[in-house]
Parts: sequence; C-alpha cells; structure tokens
Amino acid sequence: MSKHQDELDPKTRKAGFSRRGFIRGVGATGGALGGAIWTEEEAQGAQGAVKTAGPGAVPVTLNINGKEHKLNIEPRMTLLDACRNQLDLTGAKRVCDRATCGACTMIMNGKVVYSCTVLAIDAQGKQIQTIEGISAGRPHAVSVAFVNNDGQQCGYCTPGFVMAAKGFLDRNPNPTYEQVKSGLGGNLCRCGTYVGVRKAVLEAAKAVKGGKNA
Amino acid sequence: MPNYNWPPMDQRQQMGKRQSRLDGIEKATGRARYSSDLNRPGMLFAVMLTSPYAHARVRSIDTSAAQKLAGVTGIRTIVKAGDEVNWVSQEIAIVAATSEQIARDAVRLIQVDYEVLPHVVKEENLAKAGNRARPAGEQVTGDPDKAFKEADVISEGQYGIPVLTHCCLESHGQVIEWRGDTIYFYPSTQNVSGIGPDLAKNLEVPATQVKVHMDHVGGGFGSKFPSDRWGIECARLSKESGGRPLKLFLDRATELSIAGNRPSAFAKIKVAAKRDGTITGWESTSWATGGMSGGGMPPIPYVMTNIPNRRLNHSAVQTNGGPLRAWRAPNHPQASFLTCAAVEDLAAKLGMDPLEVFAKNVQWAPEARRETYLHQFKKAAELSEWSKRWHRRGDSGPGTVKRGMGVGICTWGGAGHLSNCKATIHPDGSVEIELGSQDLGTGTRTVITQVAAETLGLPLDAIKVKIGDNSYPPSNASGGSTTVGGVSSSTRIATSNALEKLFEKVAPAWNTTADKLEAAGGKIQVKGDSSKSLTWAAASKKMGVQSITEMGQNDPKNPRGLNTQGVCGVQIADVSVDVETGVVKMNRLVAVQDCGLVINPKLAEGQVAGACIMSICGALMEERIMDAATGRVLNPEMEFYKLAGIGDIGEILVHMDIRPEMDSRGVIGLGEPPTIGGIAAIANAVANAIGVRVPVVPLTPDRVLAALEEKRSA
Ligand code: FES
Ligand code: FES
Repeated sequence: MSKHQDELDPKTRKAGFSRRGFIRGVGATGGALGGAIWTEEEAQGAQGAVKTAGPGAVPVTLNINGKEHKLNIEPRMTLLDACRNQLDLTGAKRVCDRATCGACTMIMNGKVVYSCTVLAIDAQGKQIQTIEGISAGRPHAVSVAFVNNDGQQCGYCTPGFVMAAKGFLDRNPNPTYEQVKSGLGGNLCRCGTYVGVRKAVLEAAKAVKGGKNA
Repeated sequence: MPNYNWPPMDQRQQMGKRQSRLDGIEKATGRARYSSDLNRPGMLFAVMLTSPYAHARVRSIDTSAAQKLAGVTGIRTIVKAGDEVNWVSQEIAIVAATSEQIARDAVRLIQVDYEVLPHVVKEENLAKAGNRARPAGEQVTGDPDKAFKEADVISEGQYGIPVLTHCCLESHGQVIEWRGDTIYFYPSTQNVSGIGPDLAKNLEVPATQVKVHMDHVGGGFGSKFPSDRWGIECARLSKESGGRPLKLFLDRATELSIAGNRPSAFAKIKVAAKRDGTITGWESTSWATGGMSGGGMPPIPYVMTNIPNRRLNHSAVQTNGGPLRAWRAPNHPQASFLTCAAVEDLAAKLGMDPLEVFAKNVQWAPEARRETYLHQFKKAAELSEWSKRWHRRGDSGPGTVKRGMGVGICTWGGAGHLSNCKATIHPDGSVEIELGSQDLGTGTRTVITQVAAETLGLPLDAIKVKIGDNSYPPSNASGGSTTVGGVSSSTRIATSNALEKLFEKVAPAWNTTADKLEAAGGKIQVKGDSSKSLTWAAASKKMGVQSITEMGQNDPKNPRGLNTQGVCGVQIADVSVDVETGVVKMNRLVAVQDCGLVINPKLAEGQVAGACIMSICGALMEERIMDAATGRVLNPEMEFYKLAGIGDIGEILVHMDIRPEMDSRGVIGLGEPPTIGGIAAIANAVANAIGVRVPVVPLTPDRVLAALEEKRSA
C-alpha cells in the first residue's frame, strides 16, 4: 500500500510541473485523490495481499524528526492528525484535509507530502520531518527568509509553505524566479503573501548555499 | 499634559521603519499556537451534524443510536421537530466524543427526518426571483429623465459579481472549557474583547465568567466576530461533561457553506454623458443576495457619488444559502466593479482613454479626495506604463493572445476604533503594553511595539506587548480597518502618560520639571543639555518599588489628530487573454494607495499586495457555485473553490502614497481599501484586451469564450 500511496501522491508524481496544475489537470477526479480511489478488485487484491488492521486502535510506530513515537491509534487516522492530536506537533495545519492547500506539508523519506492524505499507519518505517524538526535548535534559513521578506500575514499557511520551500530547495538548490513560481504551486495562502514568499525562497536558496543551514 | 502628537516624519526612530513582523519567526517555525492548535489535558472533540437540504422542515430527530456509541460524551440538538432549516449545512446537532473520529461516527448515526420544501438558491436572473426579490424603493436625485434625453451619448451594460466565501485558512471554531464558574474560551476571532460578552449573553451568565485568550488567528476577513452557535453549544457540552475541554473547528465544507460569505451584486446600469466624457446621469437596477437576509445595495455610483441626476432601484433577493458576514470592505468591491465597468464601457463607446474619463468625473467625488485621485491616476499610469501599453478597446493587434489594460478605484474610511491601552514601566526598566486587541496578520503587534518604542525612546526589544486576552483593557473588534488607528493612538497616549510620570520622578534631581525632559536613544535627559542624562534603567530605578501604570484611550469622537479617516486608491491591471482558450493571465497589477501616516511601510506594502492577490482570486477564480436542483453548494472544498496560487498572480507592484501631506493626516486603516479596486481593474483590462465586456466575474474561460462568441454572432 505504501508504494501505491507514493504513486498517488501528487507531490511525488510531479515532474517539472506544479502539483496544483496536476490536480487541476485531472479535473473531476482530482478531488478524489485524497480518498480511496482503488477499484473494487484492487481493494480486494490488496486485502488479500496485506494484513488488515483495525477498525479499532492498533499500535503504530512513527519516526518523526529522528525520534520514535509509539502510538495506539485507529488505522484511519492520518499522519497529520496523529501529529497534531496525539503528539502535539501542531506546526502543520489542517486546512483543506484533501491534498489541495499544502498547509499540512511534511517531508517523508526526503519527499514533500501532504500529511492530511497519508495514513499514519502507512507512514511507519519512514523518516518524517516536520516544521518542528527543521526548526530544532535554531530557525531554518527558509523560516528566516520568510520573516525577512514578509512571506506571511496570518501565518496559518506558513509552516506548510516553509516545508514545501525546503523540500523544493533540497531538489533545486539554484532555482530561477520562474522555477520558484511553478515549483511552489501546491501551497495556497488566503492572505496573499506570494510576493514575499517568492523573494523568501530566492533568498533562502542563497543562504543555504552560503552554509547558513544544511 | 504630555504632547501626544506624532513626532515629525524626519525625526521618527522606530515608526516608519521597514521592521519585519515581530511574531514572524514564531509563525515561520510552527511555534505559534493558534487556538486550533491547542491540546488541553482530557480534551474532547466535537463534530456538527448539518442539514443536507436547502429548505426543509424537521419532522423528527433521533439521537439514541449516537448516544449509545462508546466514546460519545454528549449530544445537543440545535433544532427541534417542527423547525425549518433554510440553507444547506445549517446546524442541526452537535456531538462531543473522546476522539474526532468517534464524534464523526456518532454524527452519522443521528436520524433526522425532513419534509423537503421548495428552495431558491440562484439570483443571477432577477426576473426569476419572483417574490424572493424585495425592492427597496426607488431613489431619485435631480432629473435623470432630462439628463438622458439631453445626453450626447448613453452607455448601457449589465454586470454581475457572485457570492464569495471568506475561506479563512484557520476555520471557525474554538477550544472551550466550562469549569465551575469560569468559561475558558480559546476562539479564532477578530474580537478578543467583545466575544466574551457575546458568549456570556447567549449562555445567560455574567460576562465576568468568560476568560478569552487567543495568541494568533488564521484569517478572519470580517467573518470572525461572534461566538457562533457552535461556540455556544460547545460551552454547554463542556459543562455537561464536567468541565472537560472541548475542541471544534469546522471542517472545510461546513466552513465554506455557513461561516460567512460576501453578498453578490448584479446591476443593469445606464450612464448619460457629454461628448467630452463628463457623466451627467446614472440609472441602475441592482439586486443582490447574501442568503435569507437578501443583500444590500452596494454604494453606487461608487466614489463619483455626486453624479447630478440619478435613479437607483435595488432589490434584496432572499436565497436559501448560508448567511452573509462582513467581507473585507463590505459592499465596496462590488460597487467598485459595477461602477468602474460602466465607466470603462462609456469610455470605450466614446473612444476615449478611460483614465481621462475617470479623471474628468472625479469632479463628482467628495471634494477632499479629488486631488488625491488625480495624483494617484498619474502615478498608477506611470508605474503601469499606461501611455505605452494602453490601446483602444479591442485594438490589441493580431495573434490569439490579446493584451489589455484596465483601471479600478477605491475609497474607504478607516478611522481608529475605541481602544484602551495600559502601559507599565517597572522599576527595573522593563516595559509592558497591554491591549485587548488581536493581530490578524496585519502586523498589529509589531506596530504597537514600534509606537511604544518610539514614544519611550527605546529599542523594540525593550518593549513587551501583550494582546489577545480579555483581561487586558478592551479594544474594539478588528473590522473595517479600524485597528491600526485605534491601537496606535491608544498606545501613543498610554506610553506618553507613563513617560510623563517617569519624568516627574527624575526631574527633581536635575532641579527641573517634567516638561523639560525627553526620552531618546535609551536615555532620559534634559532637552538640549546632554550633560544631564540618565540611562533608561537608571532613570527607572528612581521610581523605587512601585511600577508606573498609565492608561491611554483612543476616543473615536476625539482622536486628537492621531488618526483620521478617508483614503483613495487606484489600481491598474495588465492582462493577457488567450482568445482561443479563454484563459486570462495576469501580467501585472499596480496598486497606488494612501493610508495617512504609515507606521511600517514593509507590512503596509504586504497588506496591499495581499489585497491585490485577493482581488485576482475574485476577478478570475473565486465563486460560490450553487446547484439550482439540489440547493447545494457545488464547490465547498478548496479544490473547486479556487484561490490563486503563487504562479497565478503575475507581478504585483505596490506604491504607498506617503507624501508629507498624507502623513500629516495621522494614521488611517489599510486592511480593506486595497481589496476593492482590483476586480474592476482586471475586468476592465480583459474588456480592453478582447474588445468585449465579459459581464459577470470571475472571468473564467467559459465566460470569456461566451462573451467572444456573442460578439462574433452580433
Ligand atoms: S490540509 Fe493537507 S493539503 Fe490542505
Ligand atoms: S498568511 Fe494567512 S493564509 Fe497565508
């Protein structure tokens, strides 16, 4: 299932075009990306192939920011809700809960994911990084650049944006302005902070290169 | 009495600085705790059951199966048998449980039997609204019949702007705990000081029992003032569970359906004018909906309110949709779009440059604003390269991608609200500033700090600003761009009063009086005599063990010249339209905006840029779509309730009009005005590009193509 999930994840599927563009492109089915979109045979096949869990609480172990967390949660709980409600890691926000807005962005095995659309049980065995993780000790260069360039107002989209920007810069350390515009299309801000965000990402790229943050 | 006047522009040390927001790093590292982030010990979760029908009568509600579900701690029904529900997602019942999943399961087990009644959810066509349209009565000024008879030219058009929703990224809700006599209320609100009394009134308990706290709020835009049905019921559920904390934040579908919307506005408009572009008459038949209350008439003709001969008819159309709430500049974006579109159409008909027509008709604007508009038209034209890029309507050359330019204007009040501030200087020199206000992301915390630091001659980090709690002196709600004027003035007054008291403690040692002292550069000194000077810390020691605490109030009836109202703004859009696909692309949006004295230009520019982006959403994407057959909202989630992404906005160019004559007016609010003119500017730019008016926004490809098709077949 986890392989399946990766393939479905619009963030990991992207190749040179924006996640949001991809979701738009798939039109009416886009809204279903967050839910179960297996055919019945697939679902049955999967059930035969893997052990079923739940519906009651099951033990789940998550590796978040380099630390193991043992939880007892229902298998239907998302990684986002597990972090927010069980582990008090509330930097990632629940906004659309449907893989559209990016407010819940985390980095899993080096890839940027919408944690509202990853089941906690599927995140086992993966290295999960949250905004709290990259901010441990001192603020990450990306966070600092968001402040310097006022890439935030109410700030509710900001932690997700910072994570998406970090993930983006990990893959594209020398982005052009145009690449920033297309590469961060998977995050939405209602306050309209994109002008600052664009500048912030370019500044952060320089700072990261300058060794201010690994 | 201290001199409260703002220091002269060229002598300010902290005010006017491009200071980054002081809570920025907290927000950008995820440390900032919004109310929706709170996890309290033993916390329960609540979920609401809402109506699937736009109009129905409840025959019965059966919660027995839900009650029995393990983990459910309480259920409250909000409607009873016999009640009518009037919109989809109206509140029916609310369930508290030990987890959100269980509460959701329980909601599904509640059986409601409805008698479905007829509904009306669409208002685009006034003729079809029947008795749901309630005319407000005709308003006539001057002699419109004569004006139209004598006009050189008459321009007619029909325009529409739909219902939008606020779509705050932090949805509406709260954590609440009613323990013993005290209700601990952690809302997501624009109204920290007022929401407690509102909740108390609804619960019929003394307001003294409600303790409100909120550190950050994830967007409000006018929708987050009251304690709301879900807040009230959650308080009761908490009490019933023995005082356990309870969290409820609306899911996105409910948020988009019932947590507020901006009313629509449609109008048929006729303009009479002279050949030189001077408008001589205006006739409009307008209608609007914001749910069951209908929708008020936008203030048209906008800005040009003194057009001499006018006939206005407006109908409020009652529809079965969620109730309206204030939406960043209530009724102004609608009025700006309707008016500026009509003026642009007139200009096109006359073959004139619309900027020239706007400039000509500024004579109908309030006198005090005319010069500012003329100045801003010029500035916006220069920044947008208007003279190089503007062409006659439709004259955009060969090729399938057409470029066009358009203009939109705004006005707003923005005087400071009633605000109280408490300033405390402690004997160790530390300074506390307390206000029952809130920072919506506008930078309220930061500007309060800048004002206090300016007044006390201290660096920013010497000031501790505390807001977001109703134990601090009350400030009014943050609505109508009233906060910055209110809190900056009350902070100025409170800190000046506290400083005066400190001066009184220090002056005797130098054989002088308080009025001879000044605070600057972290020192208290005798004006003009640097030999008589103490560091702030040394001076503070003189107060002994007793801290100095002083109050300051901004009284809107007497703002002492610290704040005022009335701003102008001009926006110019530059777009490209692909006439084969109907897709509109933003090239650039230029915004020229005044707001009096600007305390923090960096944050002010961010406000304006953000407002421009909100206008782009409204002009090109955003719309609540209702289904006539089922009465449902068809797009109550963020995939299809479209907002602009980072690549959709083109370039935004902000110019703050901070000429000395603007600065000397005092502080004026900025939140609303820059959201107003952008939709008009973009819609006009599209008409300019493709040679035909697309009458209804948002300018989606289907609407653009339909307008082009109509033009071809005409
Ligand atoms: S909350 Fe996960 S993408 Fe919006
Ligand atoms: S800063 Fe408010 S949503 Fe982005």
